[in-house]
Amino acid sequence: MIEIQAVTKRFGDYTAVNDINLHIKAGEFITLLGPSGCGKTTLLRMLSGFETPDEGLIRIGGEDVTHLAPYRRNVNQVFQSYALFPHMTVRENIGFGLRMQKVAAAEAAKRIEEVVALVALQGFEDRKPSQLSGGQRQRVALARAIVPRPSVLLLDEPLSALDAKLRGQMQIELKRLQKHLGMTFVFVTHDQEEALTMSDRIAVFNKGRLEQLGTATEIYHQPRTAFVADFIGEANLLPAEFVARTDTTVRVRIEGGLELNVSPAQWPAGLQRALVSVRPEKVHVSKKPVDCENVFEARVEEELFQGALDRLLLQFTGGTRLNAVVANESALLEAIHEGDRVWCGLHTDDLVVVRTE
Amino acid sequence: MQALPSTSANSPHARRPRVWGWVLLAPMIAWLVLFVILPMVILFVYSFCTRDDLGRVVFEFTFDNYRRVGDPIYLTILGRSIAYAALTTVLCIALGYPVAWFIARQREAVRNTLLLLVMIPFWTSFLIRTYAWITILKGEGLLNGLLLAVGFIPEPLTLLYTPFAVIIGLVYAYLPFMILPIYGSAEKLDNALVEAAHDLGAGPVRAFSEVIVPLTWPGIAAGVLLVFVPAIGMFAITDLMGGARVPMIGNIIQNQFSKAFNWPFGAALGVVFTFMFILAYALIQRRGARDPHS
Repeated sequence: MIEIQAVTKRFGDYTAVNDINLHIKAGEFITLLGPSGCGKTTLLRMLSGFETPDEGLIRIGGEDVTHLAPYRRNVNQVFQSYALFPHMTVRENIGFGLRMQKVAAAEAAKRIEEVVALVALQGFEDRKPSQLSGGQRQRVALARAIVPRPSVLLLDEPLSALDAKLRGQMQIELKRLQKHLGMTFVFVTHDQEEALTMSDRIAVFNKGRLEQLGTATEIYHQPRTAFVADFIGEANLLPAEFVARTDTTVRVRIEGGLELNVSPAQWPAGLQRALVSVRPEKVHVSKKPVDCENVFEARVEEELFQGALDRLLLQFTGGTRLNAVVANESALLEAIHEGDRVWCGLHTDDLVVVRTE
Repeated sequence: MQALPSTSANSPHARRPRVWGWVLLAPMIAWLVLFVILPMVILFVYSFCTRDDLGRVVFEFTFDNYRRVGDPIYLTILGRSIAYAALTTVLCIALGYPVAWFIARQREAVRNTLLLLVMIPFWTSFLIRTYAWITILKGEGLLNGLLLAVGFIPEPLTLLYTPFAVIIGLVYAYLPFMILPIYGSAEKLDNALVEAAHDLGAGPVRAFSEVIVPLTWPGIAAGVLLVFVPAIGMFAITDLMGGARVPMIGNIIQNQFSKAFNWPFGAALGVVFTFMFILAYALIQRRGARDPHS
């Protein structure tokens, strides 16, 4: 549906988007994820036509739109600030795109009614945006953008202004809506949880570059770069050095002297140094010895009570530290506290090797 | 908290702020009474008076002054004044809107510099600026000199003391009063709204007429009031640059007071004129009231 080929955009000396190649399939929910200033919004604005690439090509539905004006593109955007026209009612806002397309009045009225029902705004049609709550404005912005039936819907951090609970609801509703409409959604966010919840695929951006493209599980379980491992969820990133290789395992030494077994599939032949990434929730902590490929003794340096979870900072002999998250069992004898000596296990399958270059 | 019983208004504590409010307002009220309301009352009373042979106002009730206002000569002049003021207003919008919009879209530092440039002419006396225009437009003036020098025209054009010169003078004098309020509205306009209009298929013209104009309407309305109303009554520019060949209502009124010594008639013209302003103002305000952003 969308082909982005070698697109670069500079603002003065600053390269906002650097040589991006990305193919977005029809009907998919793709999220452009990254910290602020990573280029995700600039890329979105090039899809909507508000920015023009300095280099490269953008095709939407087979048509070269690289230099096409925003009002000639069959894409619509949901703005971060919603950008509802304050002088128009909800109905007039939603109908604006249809009016520009010169859709007949009867047909337009029917489609407005349908979309109003779809986003559950019945009864609010004659209100002005200033008379609506944040969540309602969000729905109007959404309805206004989908009613002209664009081939692609662009969403620029549309949930960032909502409170946490409403945001959670809207995530589910957006995903449902996208499935219902079968429309291609390009969603921009800096919130990794939001990205993991809604997306078919996630494109992770950093400093204008595409770091990794994949499904939520791929991105989470197989981060290809240290940035992705760290940005998506949490990760312990341990600098590691090659020691020995067998058919079933590769032995590496991490800083502080500990040796770990990692999967040979993860560590290509010839690789000398890399980072080993471990998710905190994949660190098995127990007062009894654990059954794992890698087992170490450790001391609990810090304990942070977080309700359902307990967050532990473990220290190994040699000084290596590891974050761990365990289910909270403080009511039981098994409870682990600051200063305790514990066993710590790491499954080889949970160790992901991330190349530094 | 805010709903404390209103009966407390009777207590001395609640009364004091109200008294102080009036005390603080007093100088302004005195100013308005002395320099606005009182003159208006005097004008109103004079407009029903007659005058003696020496031009002194005699307090003898008459409608004659108002009857004279209805004379076709004065109606023609009034019509002409309105036409000139209207043309001035239209030209000021046409010239001022793009300027205001352009300034509003700049970075803040650039914006402030450009605004300063718009306001700099105010630092010079209005009469001096008008004389400057005379120097430019007169027969052997700068403009004719330039056009002759480049061979654009064979002989000097008659520019000064024409309706053309009057319009130039009026537009020049009032343009900043159009630019500044429009700038005020345009600067507040969220650019995302313009983008949203484009995004939904509105080309430049539709985005302008459907979104930009309605949302900057308060600025346009204020600019129209600030330009149109004083332009109708302007007499200095029409005198100096029109050479008194195209008298405006402002000139007529001024003449009644300063040359013809017919104060009652001048007062009647002034009263009629003032009521027309009020009417025009009310109409524009009504249009603005329908817009929630004014």
